[in-house]
Amino acid sequence: MSAVTLTARRVLPPLVGFGSFVLILVAVEILIRAGAINRFIVPPPSEVAASFGRVIAEENIWRRFAFTAWECFAAGVLLTVFGVLIGALLHRVRVLRLACETWVAAMASAPLVLLYPLLLVMFGRNALTIIMMAFISGLAPVILKTIEGLSSTRRVLLNVGRSFKLTPSQQFWKILFPSALPAIFVGIRLGLIFALINVVGVEFLINFGGLGQLINELAERYDLPGTYAAICFVVLVSVVFFATTERAERWLRSAG
Amino acid sequence: MAQGLAQGLAQGSANASTSNRVTPLAQAKAAVLTVEDLEMRFATGDGGIAALDKVSFGVMPGELLALIGPSGCGKSTLFNIIGGLLSGYRGRVAVDGETVSGPHASIGMVFQEESTFPWRTVIDNVAFPLEVAGMSRRERIAHARRFVSLVGLDGFENSFPSELSGGMRQRVSMARTLASEPKILLMDEPFAALDEQTRLLLGDKVLQIQQQLNQTMLLITHNITEAVQLADRILVMTYRPGRVKRVVDINLPRPRTSEIVSSEAFGRYVAQIWGDLREEASRGLIDDEARALHARGRGE
Repeated sequence: MSAVTLTARRVLPPLVGFGSFVLILVAVEILIRAGAINRFIVPPPSEVAASFGRVIAEENIWRRFAFTAWECFAAGVLLTVFGVLIGALLHRVRVLRLACETWVAAMASAPLVLLYPLLLVMFGRNALTIIMMAFISGLAPVILKTIEGLSSTRRVLLNVGRSFKLTPSQQFWKILFPSALPAIFVGIRLGLIFALINVVGVEFLINFGGLGQLINELAERYDLPGTYAAICFVVLVSVVFFATTERAERWLRSAG
Repeated sequence: MAQGLAQGLAQGSANASTSNRVTPLAQAKAAVLTVEDLEMRFATGDGGIAALDKVSFGVMPGELLALIGPSGCGKSTLFNIIGGLLSGYRGRVAVDGETVSGPHASIGMVFQEESTFPWRTVIDNVAFPLEVAGMSRRERIAHARRFVSLVGLDGFENSFPSELSGGMRQRVSMARTLASEPKILLMDEPFAALDEQTRLLLGDKVLQIQQQLNQTMLLITHNITEAVQLADRILVMTYRPGRVKRVVDINLPRPRTSEIVSSEAFGRYVAQIWGDLREEASRGLIDDEARALHARGRGE
């Protein structure tokens, strides 16, 4: 296969992705201008693009971005540490796993955001409430995927470890954990998605903190292009976290 | 017990006749690996299955002993018992006369299934046992390189297993086990998943490694060609419960290559072993069919 073909294979998917995105925006723009979509519900993409400069200059966007990202990071660290620990414990102790796995799965589908008034009473109207809400919401997928990853480690790999007389701790860190890492990281990414939704949602609801509060304020002012521009920054937080987790996974896999 | 061991060490005649010559007990004592009167039963709903019955044999230093039998003769059970992965058996497994139970540094295992660590490069896979033993990174990489080279994978040190073919991955597994420098290399159908041509060529590689390291090997297989191509001696096993049916000396010239498969002598050995195995394999087939009918009768 020639170098040109190889480059085309590498470049084509992101190009098609970006092209499709631009096409959708152009289509939405045309539909709004033609009156097929109400511009008081969905602002034209050109107006959203034009509002970026204003939002950045007037709304202190980078401080808010950093605040939301920090809350998300804190929740991410908590749910990774506790999620993986609880998952490993449930994998190790069969009785506990049988007793709790259904409850954890039920927790994943429960509307946990409704707990926010309770957390407000417990921690007050501050970042801790938002972080704890995000942590609780993102915990279940990390636990479930950790159990799945550890349980699906191929028997023969464990036998290789046994044949080399690995200690239980070596067996975990050198075989079970690296083998389970892809599944664990799927759980962490899912957990981070839930965490980010809850961070922005609770910021919006309690009118406190970073991008969620800004979206709330812009929506109340009925500044729709600005609201959509702020939502784009929420997407940016998500992109940053996804890229970070991918790097972390690669690093951990190579260190395993 | 000694009688069982002596029978196990019996050597078949060179021209593939049915008479056996019994090795004196003194020679039996020189075996690196000794298996004595091994018995294993598995509990089932129907009262249990005898997987192995009074299996005895010895593997001499530098010898490549192949153990061949039909499906259900307890080959994998034997592999797991000798490797220390299975307990609850009766009898004795000894290395240099010392009884062993559980995994032992003297016995290195190469598994039938693909067993490389996909998250490690070739060199890190091969260096794995050295890392576990606490060797420094620089030292273990230098040591592992020797074994990567031995299995003919120079230039692939930094590749990941997913970038290699099935045969190359099995060579990585073999190099990883060899890197721990075991006295006995125990292999359970290591090339079972590969095509016939690759299997023959990898057989050459095994012969070359065995000669180079004077490595004692115990090969468990169901493939007659592979067994005759590689082994100094072949133990033919019966269908369930697994017993040693016959011991055949393979008096083909060494050093050997896969070209030997076209020789007349090779064909005679294959025919003789198939003659022994055919009856056992047929029993296995009939047993399988009877069990399937029984299960259907019970509506399973």
